[in-house]
Amino acid sequence: MADPVLELKGLKKSYGALTVTDDVDLAVRAGVIHAVIGPNGAGKTTLINQIGGQVTPDDGDIVLDGRAVTAMPVHARSHLGLARSFQITNILPGFSTLDNVAVAAQAHAGHSFRFFRPVARETNLRDRAMTCLETVGLTDRASIRAGALSHGEKRQLEIAMALATDPKVLLLDEPMAGTTHEETARLTETLEGLRGRYTILLVEHDMTAVFALADTISVLVYGRVIAEGKPEAIRADPEVRSAYLGEEEIL
Amino acid sequence: MSENLTRGWVIAAVLLLAFAALPPLAEATGHSYLTVVASRVMIYAIAALSLDLILGYGAMVSFGHAAFIGIGAYAVGISAEHGLWEGTLTFPLAMAAAGLFALVTGAISLRTRGVYFIMITLAFGQMAYYTASSLSAYGGDDGLTIWGRSELFASPLLENEWSFYFFVLACLSLCWWFASRVVGSRFGRVIAGVRENRARMAAIGFDPYRHQLVAYVISGMIAGLAGALLANHSEFVSPAYMSWQRSGDLIIMVVLGGMGTLYGAVLGAVAYLALEDVLAGFTEHWRVIFGPLLILIVLYARGGIARAFRGEGRDG
Repeated sequence: MADPVLELKGLKKSYGALTVTDDVDLAVRAGVIHAVIGPNGAGKTTLINQIGGQVTPDDGDIVLDGRAVTAMPVHARSHLGLARSFQITNILPGFSTLDNVAVAAQAHAGHSFRFFRPVARETNLRDRAMTCLETVGLTDRASIRAGALSHGEKRQLEIAMALATDPKVLLLDEPMAGTTHEETARLTETLEGLRGRYTILLVEHDMTAVFALADTISVLVYGRVIAEGKPEAIRADPEVRSAYLGEEEIL
Repeated sequence: MSENLTRGWVIAAVLLLAFAALPPLAEATGHSYLTVVASRVMIYAIAALSLDLILGYGAMVSFGHAAFIGIGAYAVGISAEHGLWEGTLTFPLAMAAAGLFALVTGAISLRTRGVYFIMITLAFGQMAYYTASSLSAYGGDDGLTIWGRSELFASPLLENEWSFYFFVLACLSLCWWFASRVVGSRFGRVIAGVRENRARMAAIGFDPYRHQLVAYVISGMIAGLAGALLANHSEFVSPAYMSWQRSGDLIIMVVLGGMGTLYGAVLGAVAYLALEDVLAGFTEHWRVIFGPLLILIVLYARGGIARAFRGEGRDG
């Protein structure tokens, strides 16, 4: 068993009396797809936001590749190899699809306090962006304004942007949210293609996708991890079943 | 993108050539005062360019931009008061002073966003205004008369209206060229990216604050240069250069011309000052006409004058 690339140790976060992250320990091993599932309001997005740095935890530690990143700003975490997509589509709508990815590549190819050389001529950024677009199957949309892409394509673009930062760990916050059946299938295929190349922490509601993709599943209920294991074990777990009461047919 | 760039270069070339042709034409038609008017227009065009850099490309609505102009102007005025007339020293000094003010105020202002950013830049602008008003050694409220123009390498070249005009034109061309390079650079893409989506830019590894601060300082320095030129143009500086109305005028120029195009800022400065001139010819209450006109432009011609040069309107 490989060492964990991402580790959460005793993570806690409360909003007033509401505890959204309750002493969460989580270890994501290198190269696996680790899914976090849980009913609405379980604190999945808050958890991923703490890992990403958008939300500061009250207590506990986040360790990325052996380094505590708990108090680091968002952009610094990115430079340590953490990339993410957002639950609500989060792209640069006025940029072309290609430039969305190219700017992500730019962030990880030297500094950007360069004021004279036209960035459009930096073919290495372009090429890197095209490679990432190819991975998610968006090459034919490269020159289109990103705001004009379909919802599913925007989700693909988010993954391409994350890939362009050459990450160690990919945090994907409900990449399938709001997508059509075909788009979900396509995203699942894209993520399947990433297996082994990246370590992925996947928060997702679409159970078909989760059980198709995940190597390990953690179940979060009211901010606590109530179960963790292989998909078959999770599917059979009575506690998980009762947490998803009424949604049993999904499992 | 590249099509936009080409269009920008063409419009810049046409405008700059038109400016270059103006003095001889004005002379030939007996309207030589137009040369003096047009050099003022170009000075404001430089200031508008600097504002467009942060407002149009970076969505930083600075409502205290006139302070940079005023600081640049005072740098020249105060230097002259102490016997320093050499423009090769005072112009960089003006830019450095404005840049330093931008660095300090920007470091604080850029921690806020939206309306708060507007309010805090306005507050800093007013601070500069009242500071200038209280400089009793340098004229205080009444302003400071500068007894002549800056020298260039000890030569009184700028005393001549034509040389001054072409010096301003050279500054405008240089600033324009510089700004267009910045906009197309790595740095420019980060600034535009932060405008589009700050959280996303942070998530892919950029520190939005640092980049915005540098842009703010660059913008302040260019505005400082405009101030130094303005002091030379009027041979006078006063706190009125820093009033919030002046900052508002600059925003109007950029919006009127079309944000985020650079040439729009120049067109906006030309259009604003020309309109001011024409409307003021009708009535001293020209703002009564200008105000509604502006509202109509914002409502029905979003994208400003620059939009007329583009195939389609700007959506979003």
